[in-house]
Amino acid sequence: MANKTAESISREEFFYGHKACAGCGGSLAVRAALKVLGRNAVSVLPAGCMSAVGFNFPQLCFSNNSIISTFAGTASMLTGVEAGLRAKGYKDFTAVGFAGDGGTADIGIQALSGAIDRNDNIIYICYDNEAYMNTGIQKSGLTPFGAKTTTTPAGRNIHGNIRPKKNMFEIAAAHDIPYAATASVGYLPDFIAKVKKASQIQGTKYIHVIAPCPTGWGVAPDETVDIAREVVDSGLWYLAEYENGRFTLNHKPKEFTSVEAYLKKQGRFKHLDDEDIRVITESRDKKWDYINSSFEYSGK
Amino acid sequence: MSRKFLSGNEAFAEGIRLARPEVISAYPITPQTIVVERLSEMVEDGSLKAEYVHVESEHSALSCAIGASAAGARAFTATSSQGLLYMAECLYYAAGGRFPIVMMNADRSTALPWNIYGDQRDSLSQLDSGWIQAYAENAQEALDLALMSYKIAENKAVSTPFMANLDGFVLTHTYETVEIPDREQADRFLPPYETDNRIDFDNPKNMAFSAGPDTNYIFKYREHEGVLAAKAVIAETEKEFAEIFGRQYTGLTESYLTEDADYILITLGSIAGLCRETADKLRSRGVKAGVLRIRYMRPFPNEEIARELKNAKGYGVLEKDISFGNEGAVYTNVNSALKKAGLTINGGNFIGGLGGRNISAADIEDIFNHIADGKDGVHFLGIGGSDNG
Repeated sequence: MANKTAESISREEFFYGHKACAGCGGSLAVRAALKVLGRNAVSVLPAGCMSAVGFNFPQLCFSNNSIISTFAGTASMLTGVEAGLRAKGYKDFTAVGFAGDGGTADIGIQALSGAIDRNDNIIYICYDNEAYMNTGIQKSGLTPFGAKTTTTPAGRNIHGNIRPKKNMFEIAAAHDIPYAATASVGYLPDFIAKVKKASQIQGTKYIHVIAPCPTGWGVAPDETVDIAREVVDSGLWYLAEYENGRFTLNHKPKEFTSVEAYLKKQGRFKHLDDEDIRVITESRDKKWDYINSSFEYSGK
Repeated sequence: MSRKFLSGNEAFAEGIRLARPEVISAYPITPQTIVVERLSEMVEDGSLKAEYVHVESEHSALSCAIGASAAGARAFTATSSQGLLYMAECLYYAAGGRFPIVMMNADRSTALPWNIYGDQRDSLSQLDSGWIQAYAENAQEALDLALMSYKIAENKAVSTPFMANLDGFVLTHTYETVEIPDREQADRFLPPYETDNRIDFDNPKNMAFSAGPDTNYIFKYREHEGVLAAKAVIAETEKEFAEIFGRQYTGLTESYLTEDADYILITLGSIAGLCRETADKLRSRGVKAGVLRIRYMRPFPNEEIARELKNAKGYGVLEKDISFGNEGAVYTNVNSALKKAGLTINGGNFIGGLGGRNISAADIEDIFNHIADGKDGVHFLGIGGSDNG
């Protein structure tokens, strides 16, 4: 399905000169998606990392039309932008949202659900770095089980976050959305292809891309892509699509890499004990039983 | 021109049809709902060509309108009470972004206790949000405001969102005969929205950005100037409106028998009619009573109030609001206007109509008696004075 590759993608930059942390996975996702969508993309970004690093007057870092929305209002502003441009007679544009995990799964989920329900012609990309990173690493609804954040400390009594991640991909799919997908910046060609595909589908499109935050995850800035691959390779994340009422798995590791190795190389999981790791591994296996029984596999 | 028997809500919807908004975001809340119902019918029958968006909350209603305005489209939404409070964040956002959205607010009590009836605690709590705030008295004024609001808001010197307030039920649900302007005349009065404050594919923009301590206040100062600029624009707009439609409005305030009045009652919204009637009655008994109706709370009519009250012996402010622990917001604003003008006149604050409680002619006569007695302080109609030391 990949019709955009590292060779064919635009050399033009649309998100450039911002002040994101070194190794920022979110900025990589935004940069790559805008290269696919091109100069007629209109991006909407809520309060959060990408707006904080890209929109500081007079240092404005998007070379396509871009606007910050309220924290809760990514999807509703996308709706307005799309309706407004259509009302003004524009046809050749893409309204695309880039919101973090908190902006999507917590405060923005109502507006997102409303937009999907209306089937507004927008692309909503959630760059998931698994906590409120902009405010200093607080737990969100997408923080994984066991992760230490500044509001889920790892102590003797509680080992970090006690709840698993919400599954936003399946929540979006449950609306019978025209297109939803999961991705990871560790598998960039897959993400790029999904953004391209989304841009060719009418109605609401939702892409959930894992975008590690070295600062919040406790890994080195040059490990972003590796750790974003490893979360997929260890089976703790998966690459899939939802289209025409069916789930498709795009990538099936022959054998999962070690969950423990994935966790232990990150500062946020260093405190986990054997029991915690057993719980995480079990939940992964349960998830894969479901995926294997319910998703079609697009590979060979 | 045609005549129709319409409620305040329906009249406002007629005005909006004539204003040709391009995007309407709609969410129901009593007593505003009839506006969005009528607009949906107009879109359905083709008499209004607009994108009608069924948003899932008031926060999204205004967020969507901001997005549409950023796309260069004329945007409309409507709300009331809890809905206005729920979207409060977006009020400041729209104003700071200088998006000239028009929103009708059906003035309604705020919970708790729950209450669907009219008072003005919802909109008056948002005076600082950066919006122009107008208060209509009757259905005709509501319709005319709907048409004038876009012309005022979209003026380049103003570029500020506009909140048109209609008293819940008393105005939104009361039927009157209303003159509906011709479409050709309305189009002549209100041309399509043109702005540079929009998405531009030839010269892409970064909009709604952050501005740090060095520059932030400059944007805020400009925002303030924009609302102030509305004073002159309102006057120009009403003049042009009168030339085309034959109805002349009177700017930020409307005076009734104030020229020689000893005692002036200041109020806003639909209660003004009963106040004028009471003034007539008192005049027939030789009491020099007058009424000053505030039509716009923002920009605030400082000069008009000082001018009208200059020779008065006393005044009262009747409002459907209380800022708990102090006094009504309108009273605070009026006193500030008098202080700035160097006027020292006795004046009392009369809080009435909360949760839709009826304000009777006898209540208003009582208020004038209080004013004539030279009483100041805060008085709750039907309860009495409160110590506001």
